[in-house]
Amino acid sequence: MQEHLSILLVVIPLVAAPIAAMLPRGRMPWMVTLMVTFICAILAGMQLWTVVHDGTISYELGGWAPPWGIEYRIDAVNAMVALIVAGIAALTLPYALLSVEKEIPERQIPLFYSAFLLCFTGLLGITQTGDIFNVFVFLEISSLSSYALISLGRKRQALTSAYQYLIMGTLGATFFLIGVGLIYSQTGTLNMMDLAERLPEVSGLKTVHTGFAFIMIGVALKLALFPLHLWLPNAYTYAPTVITIFLAATATKVALYVMLRILFTIFPDGFVSATPTGDLFILSGMAGILSASIYAIYQMDIKRLLAYSSVAQIGYMAMGIGFASAMGVTATIIHLFNHALMKGALFMAVGAIIYRIGVCRLDNIQGLGRQMPWTFGAIVISGLSLIGVPGTAGFVSKWYLVLAALEQEAWIAVAIILIGSLLAVVYMGKLIEALYFKPATETNLAVKEAPMLLLIPTGALVLANIYFGLDTELTVGVAERATQALGVAAK
Amino acid sequence: MSELPPFLLYFIAAFLVPASRGRVRKIILLVTPIVAALHIWLNIDTGVLSTYSVLNIELTFMRTDKLSLIFAYLFCLASFIATIFALQVNDTKQETAGLVYVGSALGAVFAGDLITLFIFWELLAISSVVFIWARGTERAIDTGMRYLIFQVLSGVFLLAGALVQYQATGSLAFDHIGLEGIASWLIFIAFGIKSAFPFLHNWLTDGYPEATATGTVFLSAFTTKVAVYALARGFAGEEILVYIGITMACFPIFYAVIENDLRKVLAYSLINQVGFMVTGIGIGTALALNGAVAHAFSDVIFKGLLFMTMGVVLHRVGHINGSSLGGLYKSMPKTTAFCIIGALSISAFPLFSGFVSKSMVMAALVQEDYSYLWLFMLFASAGVFHHAGIKIPYFAFFAHDSGLRPKEAPINMLIAMGLAATLCIFIGTQPQYLYSLLPWEADYWPYDVTHVLTQLQLLFFSALAFVWLNKRGIYPPELRSTNLDVEWIYRKFLPAGIHRGLIFFRNAKESTMTAAIAPMYSIRYSFSQSTIAKYHLSESWPTGSMVLWISIILVAYLLLDIFVYG
Repeated sequence: MQEHLSILLVVIPLVAAPIAAMLPRGRMPWMVTLMVTFICAILAGMQLWTVVHDGTISYELGGWAPPWGIEYRIDAVNAMVALIVAGIAALTLPYALLSVEKEIPERQIPLFYSAFLLCFTGLLGITQTGDIFNVFVFLEISSLSSYALISLGRKRQALTSAYQYLIMGTLGATFFLIGVGLIYSQTGTLNMMDLAERLPEVSGLKTVHTGFAFIMIGVALKLALFPLHLWLPNAYTYAPTVITIFLAATATKVALYVMLRILFTIFPDGFVSATPTGDLFILSGMAGILSASIYAIYQMDIKRLLAYSSVAQIGYMAMGIGFASAMGVTATIIHLFNHALMKGALFMAVGAIIYRIGVCRLDNIQGLGRQMPWTFGAIVISGLSLIGVPGTAGFVSKWYLVLAALEQEAWIAVAIILIGSLLAVVYMGKLIEALYFKPATETNLAVKEAPMLLLIPTGALVLANIYFGLDTELTVGVAERATQALGVAAK
Repeated sequence: MSELPPFLLYFIAAFLVPASRGRVRKIILLVTPIVAALHIWLNIDTGVLSTYSVLNIELTFMRTDKLSLIFAYLFCLASFIATIFALQVNDTKQETAGLVYVGSALGAVFAGDLITLFIFWELLAISSVVFIWARGTERAIDTGMRYLIFQVLSGVFLLAGALVQYQATGSLAFDHIGLEGIASWLIFIAFGIKSAFPFLHNWLTDGYPEATATGTVFLSAFTTKVAVYALARGFAGEEILVYIGITMACFPIFYAVIENDLRKVLAYSLINQVGFMVTGIGIGTALALNGAVAHAFSDVIFKGLLFMTMGVVLHRVGHINGSSLGGLYKSMPKTTAFCIIGALSISAFPLFSGFVSKSMVMAALVQEDYSYLWLFMLFASAGVFHHAGIKIPYFAFFAHDSGLRPKEAPINMLIAMGLAATLCIFIGTQPQYLYSLLPWEADYWPYDVTHVLTQLQLLFFSALAFVWLNKRGIYPPELRSTNLDVEWIYRKFLPAGIHRGLIFFRNAKESTMTAAIAPMYSIRYSFSQSTIAKYHLSESWPTGSMVLWISIILVAYLLLDIFVYG
């Protein structure tokens, strides 16, 4: 089984998806999905372990040797991202049971889980594959299923936001495909390692540059790089809670991984700094941090507030990419991991509030902090992590990012990272003020703490936030390995 | 054992307190300072250095020398007294925050590198604001927020300074820094905010008077003293500190004399006392540094004592306005006596603790030929006697009889005040014990004829001035008033200025509108009525604008790529 690890991660959820759809209503589809996510999480853990100890895994699909056949090629980067995807899914699923029963009509539940598994397959597939066209295929699998999942939200706006996301996502995927086509026309290969070998010869060609631009913008759309983030707030706000948690913690991360792979592994060294790419990322990162954080301050809907905060956090990661140094990319990878932890925890805690009162506007949640102390605690701790207080995971990534910026002597970037943290204090402060310092309304006084099934996964993520804030051996170690694996030149 | 950082004891207690109740909790609260003090006394000697590796950075939690040890003893002592004083308060939040607060202060003085210092610096800020918020009033919440912003800002400066320092030198060690380069200035400002440099002091006079009766006793002892410690370690001998210190010692006097809220008077006098310490650090000779440290030690105790007596008045009467108190000595004789001891100490009467420490700073000033600055300090000393030594006890306990007859303080408060008062007299009469703890070698004895006579002259003449002014009715009466300080700039002037500015711009915009753009405006209006606008300008972004962005970026990227970078 050991040698089939990487393919199993994709095949198991793919096979389980139609099974979940065919199962009778009730809790069976959930059980199946739960099992699948747990198995995948364990496999992903084993995969990371293998990669770290034995080096890169190369798996030939159907016995066809690369570059003719499709190759699954796993090194520290994708093993880590795959673990994030599978781990978050495994934590989301116990949470999903009650939340989904409350938010999704009963007859749609099997289909919901089926779509969830497809989305899961797609995201895992993107991380596993070493073939750029295959990335496109999995990108479409995950996107199409996530459009369906978002449209299942309770409000009618869910339909429009899913539609909007569909248009944007399709545009992104098309751009990606156009770019891949252009590059294929010059190199004649789709295998990533093969591309990396052949591209240096042709990297001066205008066609390659244009192809690169299309690919980069296509992926930037999927990862909601400012100002291509416009689909994200709506999608996160109106999607069912569980989907918001899952997508916020994984989808943009996977897209970010694709971006890293393309910029640093596939395209030759120095390509990022020889083209406007690096500056574009730094600029868009800085603009994103400032404007999205300010937008977040003015939101009344908490999910929307957190969605804008996600855009700002993506800005931090973009900045790290833009520096194009080993330190910057390490910071990005660490933040990729840590942001999955904190946003996962925050959306879960907010989901617990939605589970109890049905809405999550700032004026509806007044005084709930005292009614739901554990949920409130989770929001406070993961909020501190988001701000970047020492002792939490958020601090570690901000620290590395600031170091990377100092290394480049990018003083403005340093200032903006710090200002971004201050803005995060303001918007998290607004949330905490409403939850704790405002007097509770009559109806809120009757609200009880969320059920254990929601609290335990939330708590696990919150503890992870603290744990990875104190013990950085794992995150930093893996991230440094990952940076090496990507082929970023160390300075 | 010597490697166990004492702050851990406090943090462990902070976890135990919420889990326990009643008597057990009180015992934990009381025992923690004693155990910590014993641990420091018996196990920890100078020269301990223990590090712990986080994030590829060595965090030095323990770095001991005589300078950190004396502050550690002081903090244990102060927390013990303040805990006794606050014993009747049953508020989990304040009790837990108090332990975290004291623990962080201990952590900060043992911190051997800037990152560890930063961590405790921020913890100090976050835990201390609880004492202000615990008051529960709308005003206290606003004040607490302003206080927190100042404190966190100080932390941000410290972190920024540390990072720049690390980038420049590759070392994060917290030793003598000196004022050279951006890094040191950033750190200097961070320390300056916490030690209430002029123009950066408003968090103190704004925040401390709003804290709870017992909370202020905690607050007054730790935050500024940690900053004094940090300055003494990092910036000893920087001449600019002499001038900053003298300004700090002088300007609060004017505010303190006209202020009505007696705890605010004490807050101003706290800045004034810190001014003496900062001056001592600025002079930088062994005697002056010893003086600064010794003065920090005695200040914590007598200022704590004064805040305690005012806390008792607040606790029993419910407010602390000088104009409507008076005559309380009739029903609170013991508190009155303690208050007078505190007042004598802060005014540096011979035989009281203020005298033995302040005279060191004064002597150092003379030794280093700062004679005209010495005159300013003399003025500051007279001023202290005036507002803290006479005004506080006089208006609270004597003056005109307000008719209030509150009960004497509760027994635990009396014990706490008694302890502090005893210490004031003990240090004042037996200074050799305090001197033996001082970090630098300097031979000094305060009780000689010149010192005692100068001080007594000074004190008696300012007492005379007070009596004369008071009898002639010239002394500024205690009025209900708001006194403007620098904070007026950011609380009233800037908001009002911004408001005016906005109005100005709005008017300008409107006049341009009507003159030039009115026709276009009306077209835009009719457009906004159309269905397209109604549909597209809704809350969320229209799909079209996203497509527009995509094309803009693609085109811009390609143009740049071909023409600029290519």
